[in-house]
Amino acid sequence: MTRARLSPARLSAVDVLRVGAAGLRTRPTRVILSALGIAIGIATMIAVIGISSSSREQLLRQLDRLGTNLLTVAPGRTLFGDKAKLPTFALSVVKRIGPVNTASATGTVDATVRRTDHIPEAVTGGISVQAASTELLTTLEGSVSKGIWLNASTEHAPAVVLGSEAAKRLGLGRTGVRVWMGNQWFTVIGILGPMPLAPEIERSVLLGFPAAATYLAFDGHPTTIYERSGEEAVEAVRAALPRTVNPETPEQVEVSRPSDALAARAAAADAFTNLLLGLGAVALLVGGVGVANTMVISVLERRKEIGLRRSLGATRGQVRIQFLSESLLLSALGGVAGSVLGALATAGYALTRDWPPVVPPWAIGGAIGATLVIGTVAGLYPAMRAARLSPTIALATT
Amino acid sequence: MSIVELQGVTKVYGGRVEALRGLDLTVEYGELLAIVGPSGSGKSTMLQLIGTLDRPTSGTVRIAGYDVAELSDRELSALRARHLGFVFQQFHLATGVSALDNVADGLLYTGTALRERRERAEAALQRVGLGHRLGHKPNQMSGGEQQRVAVARAVVGDPPLLLADEPTGNLDSHSGAEVLRVLNDLHAAGTTVAVITHDTEIAEWCPRQVRVRDGQIIAGDGRRPPAEIAKGARP
Ligand SMILES: Nc1ncnc2c1ncn2[C@@H]1O[C@H](COP(=O)(O)OP(=O)(O)O)[C@@H](O)[C@H]1O
Ligand SMILES: [Mg+2]
Repeated sequence: MTRARLSPARLSAVDVLRVGAAGLRTRPTRVILSALGIAIGIATMIAVIGISSSSREQLLRQLDRLGTNLLTVAPGRTLFGDKAKLPTFALSVVKRIGPVNTASATGTVDATVRRTDHIPEAVTGGISVQAASTELLTTLEGSVSKGIWLNASTEHAPAVVLGSEAAKRLGLGRTGVRVWMGNQWFTVIGILGPMPLAPEIERSVLLGFPAAATYLAFDGHPTTIYERSGEEAVEAVRAALPRTVNPETPEQVEVSRPSDALAARAAAADAFTNLLLGLGAVALLVGGVGVANTMVISVLERRKEIGLRRSLGATRGQVRIQFLSESLLLSALGGVAGSVLGALATAGYALTRDWPPVVPPWAIGGAIGATLVIGTVAGLYPAMRAARLSPTIALATT
Repeated sequence: MSIVELQGVTKVYGGRVEALRGLDLTVEYGELLAIVGPSGSGKSTMLQLIGTLDRPTSGTVRIAGYDVAELSDRELSALRARHLGFVFQQFHLATGVSALDNVADGLLYTGTALRERRERAEAALQRVGLGHRLGHKPNQMSGGEQQRVAVARAVVGDPPLLLADEPTGNLDSHSGAEVLRVLNDLHAAGTTVAVITHDTEIAEWCPRQVRVRDGQIIAGDGRRPPAEIAKGARP
């Protein structure tokens, strides 16, 4: 006589989760502690990625605001290694390049600045004195925070405008005061706001080209030319600049793009980020070992429960999936908590720095993926052990 | 067809301990029997083999017509889920889980939906006289009540065969009597019930007693007379 074939019923996904969660509910302390390990790892990684993304976003927005179409031209070195000079006509020829919208120049003046004539010359506080053309503020898209900028009449006068950093170092917070340069007093008529693309201007005391020549024996050679063109023409202008500025020895001209320095800063931060990410990964690994440990103990403690389930008709596979789902839930719990913590840390840090908080979706996706992998790997061995237990274990009276 | 047929069953542990030495036993559908014998005589081993929790070293175990030797581990699991219910000396209830859900878990591996599992669990608890204790946790119940919850869990799927290993071993005599009364009710409703015990008083309470000693049945193996076997109960 033939009997109906026996085949075990499938557990629904909901039942698998219920059974897995039931195992966790009865041991809350242990669950929290081992999920904490995963949470710390995930939180570290999310925070590291989030903070560096926020910082990059901040730099990108800054670049966006400042523009990437500013180029600077500076003298390089001669064949003999001496500092070369830009010709005096350099600014006027740069202005004549088609796509150039605005150009201006500064020239380093061999002079020092002091608040009074009593302070010895050596104490100059790293402030340089520069002649500046009146268009400089326009080219750099800068602004004055106090007073006025140089104009057609003040560029001839013994008047100076201080870069923001120079004003700070000199301890000057207002206009109308005087500073001592060369052998003469100059009146401060303005103080500039921040110049993120030209930090050297922030550290300078600026006066007109004519005034520099008149009062400080300036030779009229510019040392930096700033120019802006249409964004699309930047590369072409960059290629044309050396020959335009110095047709005879174009190799003695250096052209650079200040926005590149900001972009490089973003890239440099990445190296550090990778180091911290490595630390996060180690924390995560330790967390995974914690979960595996918890699961192994759990299997040992619950041999009777496993035997009972086998007697109720659970297959080996169903026992295995029960412990796997428990392990997955455990690490998912840590993953979710860690993601939330990491995102909060990112938001908190970014807000104190006035950055836009950014947690990239791929980081969250990666965190979920990592916890799933960890949960599976950590649960695999304990689950196999549980599945291999003999069903008779439930009957053992000890 | 009988629900349990053991033929020449032996069980040797670790190559040395002969727990069962050639058993023949037949149990018909609807019986209530006691397997009785002193401690260490092999009763629990017998129950493990009848309950398909373990396989014999030699001999044939046939449960509800299935030859256990021919079934895979998965098929044995399905057999236990549909045809067998177990009650152990220890109750093995999940702590912190209501009586209702403990009993409902008895249907977890039968492919029954959660709602129906709970409905049938409620009915099973009513059958064992615990209809008023559905939401109670194990630690809020007496030992006798807990064992009745375990009985409800064993029979919630209406298995034709209920195996109980020392079901009153951890209970006082009053609670033990309650549990036995429930087993008797189940038997009256048609379930085959096998109670394992070392207590002769409990054994005498059953219509049939199978006496076991040193791994052998010394009385009540239920072998049918030779004439009946000759007629050929199976093909
Ligand atoms: N898993 C096992 N491994 C080794 N010996 C066992 C095992 N289970 C039972 N035995 C031995 O088999 C014999 C019968 O045990 P058991 O079936 O538990 O008897 P009972 O339930 O009648 O007390 C005993 O001698 C016991 O020590
Ligand atoms: Mg026993």
